[in-house]
Amino acid sequence: MAIKLDIKTDEKSNFTASRLNSSTNALEIRDLNFYYGGYHALKNISFDIAHRQVTAFIGPSGCGKSTLLRTLNRMYDLYPNQVATGEINFHGENILNPKQDLNLLRSRIGMVFQKPTPFPMSIYENIAFGVRLYEKLSKAEMDDRVEWALSKAAIWTEVKDKLNQSGLSLSGGQQQRLCIARVIANKPDILLLDEPTSALDPISTGKIEELIHHLKEEYTIAIVTHNMQQAARCSDFTAYMYLGELIEFGITDEIFIKPQRKETEDYITGRFG
Amino acid sequence: MIASSSSQKSSIRNDKTSKVQRIQDGAFLVVSQLSALVVLIVLLGIIISLIINALPALKEFGVGFFFSADWDVNKQKFGGLISIYGTLVSSFIALIIATPLSFGIALFLTEICPIRLRRPLGIAVELLAAVPSIIYGMFGLFVFAPFFAEHIEPALSSTLGKLPYIGVLFSGAPNGIGMLCAGLILALMILPFIAAVMRDVFDIVPPVLKESAYGLGCTTWEVARHIILPYTKAGVVGGIMLGLGRALGETMAVTFVIGNAQRILPSLFAPGSSIASTLANQFGEAEPGLHFSSLFALGLALFVITVTILSLAKLMLKQMEKKQGTKS
Repeated sequence: MAIKLDIKTDEKSNFTASRLNSSTNALEIRDLNFYYGGYHALKNISFDIAHRQVTAFIGPSGCGKSTLLRTLNRMYDLYPNQVATGEINFHGENILNPKQDLNLLRSRIGMVFQKPTPFPMSIYENIAFGVRLYEKLSKAEMDDRVEWALSKAAIWTEVKDKLNQSGLSLSGGQQQRLCIARVIANKPDILLLDEPTSALDPISTGKIEELIHHLKEEYTIAIVTHNMQQAARCSDFTAYMYLGELIEFGITDEIFIKPQRKETEDYITGRFG
Repeated sequence: MIASSSSQKSSIRNDKTSKVQRIQDGAFLVVSQLSALVVLIVLLGIIISLIINALPALKEFGVGFFFSADWDVNKQKFGGLISIYGTLVSSFIALIIATPLSFGIALFLTEICPIRLRRPLGIAVELLAAVPSIIYGMFGLFVFAPFFAEHIEPALSSTLGKLPYIGVLFSGAPNGIGMLCAGLILALMILPFIAAVMRDVFDIVPPVLKESAYGLGCTTWEVARHIILPYTKAGVVGGIMLGLGRALGETMAVTFVIGNAQRILPSLFAPGSSIASTLANQFGEAEPGLHFSSLFALGLALFVITVTILSLAKLMLKQMEKKQGTKS
């Protein structure tokens, strides 16, 4: 067991080293098609997700933006009959390659979901659990890592006195920040956020948006959102999708001020969708 | 004037309907209370009749009845230890074998199995529960026991039997029929119950919770061990207890394969008796008096064991919840 852990840690640090001299694209998506059984959900998607920037995916429900996010860490692989073709390059490797080590991939591309999903364990364990999968840390190092992750997710001051309580005892907004902390603790390269604030109240939403702003200094972030103001506020790049196609992709300010395509303009001005 | 008379009329009608409704509601209340009462009366009746019938034996032998290993019909000396020991040991063996197997089955059915195979395999497991216990008994006696005596037991005694301390459990003549065989047949019988409950509770784990664990880089085993199991522990323990409850009381199949010897031997290969098998074997020929009463006392012991184990399980669950902190 210990040997297996060591190997995983080594591979991970190699990847982290290679990140430093890689290009400015964290992910390069090329001709991506996705099928739910016979249903063609993503059609020839090609664009780049920039390194340490926030990329927002917007579009009406069912347009495929969550599906796109779920291909980026191959979460769809858990389910039968879901197939992706094309290329998604991550540090020069195609993550759609069937030989890809999925557990390692997912530890490096973290994901936060629409509904907060604290694990049925204490707050401390919620963070330590993911770290323990890939790293062997002493008690003191683990304590530091937990504090570091919780501080990064801006929730440390609220939970530092009750680390042994269940993660389920927190409020919805706190639970969601705990989930973000849990992902950060694994030190991933990329954070995937799937409508992270749609189940939260405005104040919690504000806190998480602020958090996204801070996190992009160290992480590449891809966020799916229904809320166009949110996309405008916290993203650098925006991808507008409709019926499984990428309609327009560009710098957020340009997309919102001067969209190139009529469909995009209709959507963001609220005439459609 | 007109308005007041019409309101009078409607109030009369309201009185009438409300009266009918009151009677209906009252009748419904009485009927439902009576139905609930029936359960209590039956339960109380069973306990009281067990105690009354067991009283002569308990008076004669005292509490020592439950700790004495004498069972001699000719000398009219009775003690329940042999049967109580047999019941506990055979059920314990059954649980040790059935719990991990059920966990594996449930996990396979919910997480790993291809969708097309899920239904047929699930139905196959449920069919195991539909097999009558007498069939298990016959199967155990005529197929399992000989196979056990020829292959399994010699293999066990030449491996585990050589170990210090636990070796004595796997020593002695390989009869086939005995405690181990009874435990194994019981395991087969309770397996579908535990597996079905586990599968149902595993199915209710929210997919997004599993996905977020996979999203951290967990393997399927890590998700099962650290997410699914803690999330469903109440249901899992409930399923195991359901199985244990059945194992403790199972009569027919155990009577076939346990050997029905009134003695306690350390070896699991040796024949013994369980409470249920002793009752099934001896009630027919027991004459009113101490023998008859002793059998009732055994029945009382079985009742107490079942209730105690169920209560302990409830208590354990409460403790686990406290430790996890959801209720604080």
